[in-house]
Amino acid sequence: MKIGVPKEVHEGEKRVALTPESAEKIIKLGFEVSVETGAGAAADISDAAFKAAGVKVARTAKSLWNQSDIVMKVRPPERHPGLDTEETELLGSGATLISFIWPAQNETLMQQLAAKQVTVLAMDSVPRISRAQKLDALSSMANIAGYRAVVEAAQHFGRFFTGQITAAGKIPPAKVLVIGAGVAGLAAIGAAKGMGAIVRAFDTRPEVKEQIESMDAEFLMLDFKEEGSGVGGYAKTMSKEFIEAEMALFAQQAKDVDIIITTALIPGKPAPKLITKAMVASMRPGSVVVDLAAEQGGNCEFTEKDQVVVKNDVTIIGYTNLPSRLANQSSQLYATNLRHLLTELCPEKNGVINVNMDDEVIRGATVIKEGKITWPPPPPKLSAAAPGVPEPAQTHLTEAKKSLLPDRLKPLLTLVAGGLLLYGIGASAPVSFMSHFTVFVLACFIGYQVIWNVTPSLHTPLMSVTNAISGIIVIGALVQVSAPGFMITVLSGLAILIASINIAGGFLVTRRMLDMFRK
Amino acid sequence: MSNSLVTMSYIAATILFILSLSGLSHQETSRRGNYYGMLGMAIAIIATAMSSSVTAYGVLVVALLIGGSVGAKAAAKVEMTQMPELVAIMHSLVGMAAVLVGYANFIDDSQTLTGVEKTIHEVEIYIGVLIGAVTFSGSVIAFGKLSGKIDGKPLLLPARHWLNLALLVVTVLLGKWFLAQAEDGGGTFPLLLMTLLAFAFGVHMVMAIGGADMPVVVSMLNSYSGWAAAATGFMLSNDLLIVTGALVGSSGAILSYIMCRAMNRNFISVIAGGFGTGSAGAAAVVEGEVTPVSAEETAQILLAAKSIMIIPGYGMAVAQAQHTVYEITKLLREKGKTVRFGIHPVAGRMPGHMNVLLAEAKVPYDIVFEMEEINEDFPHVDVSMVIGANDIVNPSALTDPNSPIAGMPVLECWKGETTIAMKRSMASGYAGVGNPLFVMENTRMLFGDANETLQAVLGALRS
Repeated sequence: MKIGVPKEVHEGEKRVALTPESAEKIIKLGFEVSVETGAGAAADISDAAFKAAGVKVARTAKSLWNQSDIVMKVRPPERHPGLDTEETELLGSGATLISFIWPAQNETLMQQLAAKQVTVLAMDSVPRISRAQKLDALSSMANIAGYRAVVEAAQHFGRFFTGQITAAGKIPPAKVLVIGAGVAGLAAIGAAKGMGAIVRAFDTRPEVKEQIESMDAEFLMLDFKEEGSGVGGYAKTMSKEFIEAEMALFAQQAKDVDIIITTALIPGKPAPKLITKAMVASMRPGSVVVDLAAEQGGNCEFTEKDQVVVKNDVTIIGYTNLPSRLANQSSQLYATNLRHLLTELCPEKNGVINVNMDDEVIRGATVIKEGKITWPPPPPKLSAAAPGVPEPAQTHLTEAKKSLLPDRLKPLLTLVAGGLLLYGIGASAPVSFMSHFTVFVLACFIGYQVIWNVTPSLHTPLMSVTNAISGIIVIGALVQVSAPGFMITVLSGLAILIASINIAGGFLVTRRMLDMFRK
Repeated sequence: MSNSLVTMSYIAATILFILSLSGLSHQETSRRGNYYGMLGMAIAIIATAMSSSVTAYGVLVVALLIGGSVGAKAAAKVEMTQMPELVAIMHSLVGMAAVLVGYANFIDDSQTLTGVEKTIHEVEIYIGVLIGAVTFSGSVIAFGKLSGKIDGKPLLLPARHWLNLALLVVTVLLGKWFLAQAEDGGGTFPLLLMTLLAFAFGVHMVMAIGGADMPVVVSMLNSYSGWAAAATGFMLSNDLLIVTGALVGSSGAILSYIMCRAMNRNFISVIAGGFGTGSAGAAAVVEGEVTPVSAEETAQILLAAKSIMIIPGYGMAVAQAQHTVYEITKLLREKGKTVRFGIHPVAGRMPGHMNVLLAEAKVPYDIVFEMEEINEDFPHVDVSMVIGANDIVNPSALTDPNSPIAGMPVLECWKGETTIAMKRSMASGYAGVGNPLFVMENTRMLFGDANETLQAVLGALRS
């Protein structure tokens, strides 16, 4: 099948859905790949580089859209400014489109696509399960956005991030508050931490506390009991009381911190307003707010989409295309996500995709199948492993119950058996045997006590030394070797010989080994 | 030398043996412990040789000299990777000696025992020979498996449990026959027959045990060799033999127990052979994509890390890579990185195998840790290098109740930042279980012979 990658038409979009590296691997899957001329220019990828990787370069957007069975893009289709038509219209019927779609926000687009009888896989709808991590473009893009958010903040922030004590005086470190510790939030924490700032983070989901602390940031605890985790590892809308407590915390933090990076998003809903105008006003002059939720309306009341505004001496950055500002690398990661998706779609590597709706990952990503809207998908089966666990646990429980009775009886049985055995021996054995038996039992206990203390790293030397010691059997041969009879002498002599191999070999090899152990 | 003096020497020897074993508790005292053992053995042999009953010095001295020099030579030239084989073959010698001593004692009719005492004595001979013979043939097979002369896969005969049971019943019946005949001075034939059966039993028992269970087998045979010595002691009414045999026997039994616990397996099920016969459902199939890396990239990852954990397995022993591992360790430590070793109790083919190999390569023992000591540290580890290990780092042991190795404690390296797993290929481990570790997102696979790839990593680290 033919895959086509057009040039992005969205204003300011510099990414491209294909790189030469990903193209090579996609071609190995059996596909034919073409790209619109100049598609990679903004991401520093030349047409020549694509050609070198075996990609055909189409001269116009129209020809590319028309001839492709599968179109891979970054942005959802929109009006093509050059051709003055909708990109959706360019899509051949029966074709497959793979890009970001945002089906919840773009209902009309979904209707248009469905009307074209096409199949659409939305990269933003890939389920968040471990198997799908390698094709999770939201995460790979959010990671870049989080990093870039800190870089943008640093650019507009007139002071150091790291603290220093110099001959000319002390420079305090910047304080950064990150709201929402998803992938972007964690990336921002890492980047800010790397630049030397003091980082605090807040999230409604308590389970991310550990992740935040693992990055050396401070987790701001809210003294309030409410679980903020929704299905699929995303956050959900919280109760009114919780939000009030949360806002009080932010108001207090706003007075203290220099930089606020907000990443709070709830899937399919406008971004919650977390930083009010009053909070911005209370921030120190020169402070910066980076709003990563600007696309969905922004977490800050001052945020203007795609703009940098200064209010009350505080800079508020509302860029929505942060990954585009690292176009080359975000293209690389996005293209790799797409390649992994193609690998899932084409398990036989024959260049034909199979939209297998039984596959959880593909089912989740497919929002339109041959003209029928299949969004939203059924909820993912595995959310943080919780529903999967009870089943095996239950079987364990029943197993445990079955063996409960014998378990209790076991020690009793051994006790009884041991007692009977000892009674039997005591009743029938003569006195001379009993004295040996006493020695034997006591020696077993001494051995038991002594061996438990041996450190595991010396288990091999222990074995070779006990091996040498068990050569003590030579004594048995020694006391017999002088008894009358040729056969006895031969047998005993032989026994002495092999037992002494054991003694000499065992002790000497132990010495060799122990000499090697050193501090 | 009077009998009392001999007994006193035996007591001294016994104490020295106990001191010897307790000396092995720690590295600092272990060498002393070994010398105590040697001294005890020397005292015991000399005292016995000086006792009134020994006169055949010619045979005695010649046999001791030949045996001693053969043993010394073997000890001097054995490779550390071959330790399991050496230990196994030595166990067989003890077993054989026990059989020979038993026969010699049986032929010797100078003793004048009567009634119950005579019967007990004959039972002792019978049991001594039985244990000795099982130890001998079992150890020979273990030696063959460990040295690769016999296929390591478990040989499972149909109805093998019934076969074992039948052998046991026949052995008991033969014992009755033997006792009846021995009353009138006969009994050689049943004894010989039983010896052959015991040989067969030893062979069958060890053949049915898989390669990964070898640490248990080796320590179990160690235990048997002790019990054989103890049985001989009963036969000869010699307390020194009884005590020493019991010490060795319980030592081996505890080691077997420790090994079984490390694999979360029942001792009986290991001995009965076969793997994973008890699992209820099908184990989850591992699917996913591995992320291979090159030696150069591995070097990069190592250089970027602060805390490194090395997890060696049998693959390291096979490739003789321990010296290269140490060179890498030394280099990384010089660069100020924390390098530690995490050792699983059943890594390798005998208890403590990895420790001996690392010691041979001069890795200081204070950076070598047991699983229990370091398993909780993995979240703080930047890079774990798994060298030729598989089952001991398999997360499905903890997560998949249907896995044949479910419940076995494993080194939880996947909790660290990155894991580099070195393997020859994607084949599964001895347990025949797929390993989800290899397809985890933070795992990188470095394929190839452990020593060659590590040499390449070392080269890349140096440049």
